[in-house]
Amino acid sequence: MASAPKPRVKVPKTASAGEVIVIKTLISHEMESGQRKDKDGNPIPRKIINKFSCAFNGKPVFSCDLDPAVSANPYFEFSARVPESGTFTFIWVDDDGSVYTDEQSIKVE
Amino acid sequence: MDRISLAAGTALCLLLTGLAVGKAFGDPVDDTLEIDGVPMITRAAAPEGHPFDEVLSGWLFREAETRATEADSFENPGMLAVERGAEIWETVDGTMGKSCASCHDDAAVSMKGVGAAYPKWDADAKRPINVELQIDKCRVENMGAEAYKFDDDDQKSLTTFIKHQSLGTPMSVDLSQGDLQAWWDKGKDLYYTRTGQLDFACASCHEASMGKYIRADHLSQGQVNGFPTYRFNTAGMVSLHNRFRGCIRDTRAEMPKAFSDELMALEVYVTWRGTGLSVETPAVRQ
Repeated sequence: MASAPKPRVKVPKTASAGEVIVIKTLISHEMESGQRKDKDGNPIPRKIINKFSCAFNGKPVFSCDLDPAVSANPYFEFSARVPESGTFTFIWVDDDGSVYTDEQSIKVE
Repeated sequence: MDRISLAAGTALCLLLTGLAVGKAFGDPVDDTLEIDGVPMITRAAAPEGHPFDEVLSGWLFREAETRATEADSFENPGMLAVERGAEIWETVDGTMGKSCASCHDDAAVSMKGVGAAYPKWDADAKRPINVELQIDKCRVENMGAEAYKFDDDDQKSLTTFIKHQSLGTPMSVDLSQGDLQAWWDKGKDLYYTRTGQLDFACASCHEASMGKYIRADHLSQGQVNGFPTYRFNTAGMVSLHNRFRGCIRDTRAEMPKAFSDELMALEVYVTWRGTGLSVETPAVRQ
């Protein structure tokens, strides 16, 4: 998975008002811990996703910090109550400062 | 009367407990696999001449969490390789300015069921050909590109993508092609030949000890229907020939090269041993 990190999220397209839905997210990322050495014995610099957050219509839903022990391709599953139609935004922050984002809208029927 | 029914109840309890304990811990589970609504065949009647009555997918031997990860194509990290493979499929490479898609168009149509019928007989090379080698052949002859180095990330991703187009299709090798039967015979010899300092044949674990534990690991029938496979222990895709070599290394024997005559013969034979099982690529294993 040497290619650029690519986020994927799974949010239901519709829900009823106040329903608790399950959100799944996965991002391809090598999560290099910084504790390994290459063939020549030089340390491989740390490069991990260190922060993940999710917001609904600007309001925080879920966030966490990640540490080097988290394995490659971090996967998160959490639930959220949806009071109204809106948009979930997802943000992954990389050690090198890159920010990967995704968003999914949901319609309350 | 109460006392008798109580005694009977206790006896029943003991009987149930006895049954639970009596079942070996390593036995395959009684569960069914469905991926994105497509039912997978994880148990199939064995082909004629097979040592088992029933062939079983390695999925049945894994822990509940591992099984669940494979059953959900979103959670399955192997799907990242499928996505990467889809990009390669569309990417132009080589001197002829072509991509896979230039000739084969939509893989969902052109590659459907294709991976389930490999290895095939390659009349030009007069030896069996698997998906990896077929990709290389296409790249060299039709694209003017270089063959992949063994286990290059792109080779694994493209192989995974192509085999994934056969998800659910039962594996079936046509041994009547060319000399494939002779290679099957050779593969069978290798399967039962003990090698290495530990003096193990493939059959020592995957036939004689199927369903038992080898240290903390659960021995399956060693089926190949899920390859390339996502393994948690390497957090990446594992190709079939890498797995073959890994098994042989673990017996402390000399490892044949990937795609060598030995391993191609073994691939022909072992694929036949899983006849009727659905292609599960990318399967998830620990």
